Amino acid sequence: MRIMRLKSILLAVGLALAGPAAVSAQIVPPTASQTTPATPIVPTKADPMLALDGAPLMLPTAGVGMPVDGKVTIQPQVTPNGRRALWFHNVVLFPLITVICVFVLALLVWVVLRYHRAANPVPSKTAHNTVIEVLWTALPVLILACIALPSIGLLQAQFKPAPDNAVTLKAIGNQWYWSYQYPDNGGFEITANMLKEKDQVGKGERARTDADGPRLLATDNRVVLPYGVPIRLITTSNDVIHSWAIPAFWIKLDAVPGRLNETSFTIEKPGVYYGVCSELCGARHGYMPITVEAVPPAVFAQWVKAKGGTMPTGKPAAAAAAQPLPETGAAFEAGNSTAPAENATAQAPTVTQGATGNPAGAGNVGQ
Amino acid sequence: MTDTALHPSAFEAHGDHGHGHADHDAHHTPGFFARWFMSTNHKDIGTLYLIFAIVAGIIGGSISGLMRAELAHPGIQYLTLWAAYLPGGEQGLDHSLHLWNVLITAHGLIMVFFMVMPAMIGGFGNWFVPIMIGAPDMAFPRMNNISFWLLIPSFTLLLASPFFGGAGTGWTLYAPLSTYWEPGPSVDMAILSLHLAGASSILGAINFITTIFNMRAPGMTLHKMPLFVWSVLVTAFLLLLSLPVLAAAITMLLTDRNFGTTFFDPAGGGDPILYQHLFWFFGHPEVYIMILPGFGIVSHVISTFSKKPIFGYLGMAYAMVAIGVVGFVVWAHHMFTTGLSVNTKMYFTAATMVIAVPTGIKIFSWIATMWGGSLSFKTPMLWAIGFIFMFTVGGVTGVVLANGGIDDYMQDSYYVVAHFHYVLSLGAVFSLFAGFYYWFPKMSGRMYNEVLGQIHYWIFFVGVNMLFFPMHFLGLQNMQRRVPDYTDALEYWNHFATIGYMVMAFSMIFFFVNIVWSLFAGKPAGDSPWGEGATTLEWTLSSPPPYHQFETLPVIDGGDGHH
Repeated sequence: MRIMRLKSILLAVGLALAGPAAVSAQIVPPTASQTTPATPIVPTKADPMLALDGAPLMLPTAGVGMPVDGKVTIQPQVTPNGRRALWFHNVVLFPLITVICVFVLALLVWVVLRYHRAANPVPSKTAHNTVIEVLWTALPVLILACIALPSIGLLQAQFKPAPDNAVTLKAIGNQWYWSYQYPDNGGFEITANMLKEKDQVGKGERARTDADGPRLLATDNRVVLPYGVPIRLITTSNDVIHSWAIPAFWIKLDAVPGRLNETSFTIEKPGVYYGVCSELCGARHGYMPITVEAVPPAVFAQWVKAKGGTMPTGKPAAAAAAQPLPETGAAFEAGNSTAPAENATAQAPTVTQGATGNPAGAGNVGQ
Repeated sequence: MTDTALHPSAFEAHGDHGHGHADHDAHHTPGFFARWFMSTNHKDIGTLYLIFAIVAGIIGGSISGLMRAELAHPGIQYLTLWAAYLPGGEQGLDHSLHLWNVLITAHGLIMVFFMVMPAMIGGFGNWFVPIMIGAPDMAFPRMNNISFWLLIPSFTLLLASPFFGGAGTGWTLYAPLSTYWEPGPSVDMAILSLHLAGASSILGAINFITTIFNMRAPGMTLHKMPLFVWSVLVTAFLLLLSLPVLAAAITMLLTDRNFGTTFFDPAGGGDPILYQHLFWFFGHPEVYIMILPGFGIVSHVISTFSKKPIFGYLGMAYAMVAIGVVGFVVWAHHMFTTGLSVNTKMYFTAATMVIAVPTGIKIFSWIATMWGGSLSFKTPMLWAIGFIFMFTVGGVTGVVLANGGIDDYMQDSYYVVAHFHYVLSLGAVFSLFAGFYYWFPKMSGRMYNEVLGQIHYWIFFVGVNMLFFPMHFLGLQNMQRRVPDYTDALEYWNHFATIGYMVMAFSMIFFFVNIVWSLFAGKPAGDSPWGEGATTLEWTLSSPPPYHQFETLPVIDGGDGHH
């Protein structure tokens, strides 16, 4: 809730301009940052995702894409496969295992009460009953078959290859940060380090604010992806095995050195979604979070341009995305003047230190 | 157990009574050093194993206390402080965070290799398998000795490794984290420690298989063997077939680390996923190695305190065989997120769910054994009933995790931690306590204190459930494993779990007080303190049994053991 109060002014401007934008995710069109071009600190290469001070414009929604204290359930799902899996868990598996546990508990309680030594001083000698033995073998087989069918169907859905027009995101694990490439979009690269707390950063270093997201989950650069468009996720690693995971997408895919793992998903709602590295990768395993910002395809196209990338031509979905918004200003065009590789990280308006101080520093160019 | 009728007259070696035998035995009882350090007696070696497991359990349990203390609140509270006590140059944050990984690695390895396995197989297996089949000792007593004593250098290597930097790889030792990103001798020490523990277990497994196949008393057919012996037999085969694969995998780790091979390095044509296949080909049978003897113990306890023979004896025995066999073909369900193909995931989903069937047979057969029985709720029975329910809870979350599509959410989260602690810390450990209270009178000759035992059970039961049940919630809210710090929104259940740990730790006071008090001042147990329900051969001997039992083999009644 504190998150909501921050940046409220910018948000108001943004909402006013955006009109009936998706309020739940507080989408702010990139123009919000362009409304004060005279300000001396305005960056020359603007990132449509960032406010003037370098903080993100899209604010996380409390309870979506992140854990909630004291809660006991699976995070809300924003992908079709995620919803399908959630249904399978909540409607099939969870009730079933609850019933089995309660059934076993009830049998135990009954046996304990009914066959207590005082209640039943003479034990029976029964040690066999073929009918019941067949039953308690066959019934579980049937139950498991009932689980297996939707389970296999879910796997098939999860393994459906992404269509040709999917946006490709390549997530590369490093000790201890993620770097991302968009191979279909000019191959620029961004690096995402965890944001440190105020009392942990040096002078001039960017600290986490609530606008960035919760502690240990917020990153300095977010993975920007379009919603409503299939995403092809490719993971690999530069050193040890990591695992790229966003629970709200029901996605977890190991990043293995020497391998390219692939999966796909379609984000249905705009928003900010958090995940964590989910394979032990050394000392700072707990400090390499994943932040995805899902934006309208058009905004994604602007962001790609601002990063020095290109939108692929000739693809239906991409064509729509590449169509520049009316608001798209000269600032974006100016941002394209440098080579993509340099743009990758040099464009961040605020100087951000690698939050984790990676010893190798690989991927932290420009910071 | 099985409703085998025993000829009391068959037990000529029956310790207490034949004074001639007792004297004979006493004559051969060696002095302290020779008895405990050069032992070839299965009961003494079993006792050594049990003492070893208790010591390792205290160490491993204390490490989990350190972990729960650190996890009670978000942020790093104690790690930096603890790290300062360890040698290792700069004391920066990374040093502290590495210590965390050292702690989780040590906790896992100690509990698996130095607590549960030595207690189940080395301790109770050594003590009771020869007695239950009417054998005087194990087939290879000297090999039995080396099996135990290999554990000492093995454990020493593991405990010493934190002082050389520490192995922070997790108990799974996944390459390439364990090859190129953990310099220093610590991981090599951990690997060597596993080599020794593995050799110890392989020798032990050979010993058990030989003993059970060749040294059964006349009339003790395989289908009349007590279920605990069946469970150890299946376990021994699992050990024999799976541990060499682990040995191969960690040897390749060792040569990758030290001799320039690239088995698991893609830069040299190797594959990190190959390591995971090898590890889990061992690792999954390993989880059944840890639980199967517990199944055996629980069967005995349930039968004894229900005063009924076990229900569906053959089904129970072959359910364990089935679990053992199927346990070898489900390993990749530990690797659902590593990039397996869809067909592979489907196969491992289906195969894994098959294991629920024999497990269900066991659960229902235990309940059916109690059904119609005359139940008394002595401490071992409480642990056994608790085991049935807690293992069911851990089992059903296993069915959830078996679904490859669902596992993408749960993999490497606290849901998995909750699952395997329910089947181990509330499954295997409950069965260990059941066995310990059940056989304590037989092993020591003295009764434990029933009141202290029941207090221990109830507080432990509440504590471990408070400790591990919230971990399901943490996992569903996506707290990942193996981190010392977590985002603030995960504090509630973490704090709750830490309180649960303290409750559990408090209950252990009653356990240790009970052991010490009972060893010195417990009531003499008599031959068969549990009465008519206890039908296996150990209850025909004195408590404690004579130094050498069954010098004349007992003869088991020829009647059908399972009509």
